[in-house]
Amino acid sequence: MGFMLAIIRRDLLLVARQPAEMINPLVFFVLVVALFPLGVSPEASLLSQTAAGVIWVAAMLATLLSLELLFKLDHDDGSLEQLLLAPYPSWCLVLAKVFVHWLVSGLPLILISPLIAMMLFLPSDAVPTLMLSLLLGTPTLSLLGAIGAALVTGVRGGGMLLTLLILPLYVPVIIFGASSVAAAALGMPVDGYMALLGAMFVFALMITPWAAGAALKL
Amino acid sequence: MPFPSPAMKPLLCISDLACERDSRTLYQGLNINVEAGDLWHIKGRNGAGKTTFLRQLAGLHAVDEGEVQLLNNDTRMIYIGHKLGLKEQLTADENLTWLAGLDGLSTQKQRFMALEQVGLRGYEESVVAQLSAGQKRRVALARLHLCKADIWLLDEPFTSIDQQGIADEQEWLNKHTLAGGAVLMTSHQDITLAQVQVLDMGDYARQTCQYLANENGNIT
Repeated sequence: MGFMLAIIRRDLLLVARQPAEMINPLVFFVLVVALFPLGVSPEASLLSQTAAGVIWVAAMLATLLSLELLFKLDHDDGSLEQLLLAPYPSWCLVLAKVFVHWLVSGLPLILISPLIAMMLFLPSDAVPTLMLSLLLGTPTLSLLGAIGAALVTGVRGGGMLLTLLILPLYVPVIIFGASSVAAAALGMPVDGYMALLGAMFVFALMITPWAAGAALKL
Repeated sequence: MPFPSPAMKPLLCISDLACERDSRTLYQGLNINVEAGDLWHIKGRNGAGKTTFLRQLAGLHAVDEGEVQLLNNDTRMIYIGHKLGLKEQLTADENLTWLAGLDGLSTQKQRFMALEQVGLRGYEESVVAQLSAGQKRRVALARLHLCKADIWLLDEPFTSIDQQGIADEQEWLNKHTLAGGAVLMTSHQDITLAQVQVLDMGDYARQTCQYLANENGNIT
């Protein structure tokens, strides 16, 4: 636990020194969602129908954008070696890194999502569902992405490879995440969607730190 | 033997170790026993496998052939390689905080003392990005004074360190080995300590490689 706290503390300190890293995914998310009505149509009826999908796809792309650097910076300056040499299992390291990644790239998206929902005329009844689905979904995205990030660490130009590797894994999360919000907008029950998103999160939480830890040692 | 080590306790047993990279055998049949108080100076030409050997000992490079065995599970190693593992945006003290956190906790006083020992007094709160190459290496080496490890694996620890610094470093190596620790290090500089033992990677290179090495002089 102390080991994980040491990593979390260090990484948060690094983010505080370089706030651009924190702002980037958020700016990207807001820009995509803000430009979408300009490109399609500012009509309220159309936007409210597509809002759920747009928000979820933008959130996924924003997560993807920051994933490549998850282990890469540590690999390049040699601190990843030192972290792996520490007498702790490597999944602790992955879990700590993913937690910080979510805190920096996932949590701000959730917090700003009500505002975005208003911009896209999403019915206000669906906003709690949107936030809850993002709360369950974005950590899943970060966790799944960690496997890909660990695999392409040390590969030059691994960004494209990373996208190809983990995009298929993201598909179910997006489908259920976006459909839950769409269902809520129509006033239908969302328990089933939430249960599935929750199950995916628990599954990812159990499997991915271990898998990414093993991949880092390759 | 001029420097009797405290107990001659064996720490690390390396048997029949080999390394192959890009289908080229760098070394093979490497057998040494590292005992408490040993100071091994690993020599060899560029590309002879010095760094890979150290990484195999640290557990960062897979051991396909042979065995690296720690004789006591409590034995702690510190590996400091070419990449120092420092975060440029953090200060010297902050870097030591997380590096020391890998082995346990440290107090600020301990960290400042460690930095003073490597000659960085007054640089505790300096951002590492603003330090010189030699000072950065000193920050990384400060960890040796902060964490209690039995075996130091040092890859070119003298690189970009000044003359006085190298003399100081040799003094730390002396102290550590006399206190029952062991050091395995690579360097192209000579180590002037009496207890130094030389491990020449060239002795374990494959015959074909030695043949190539001789091509520069006279082919035998």
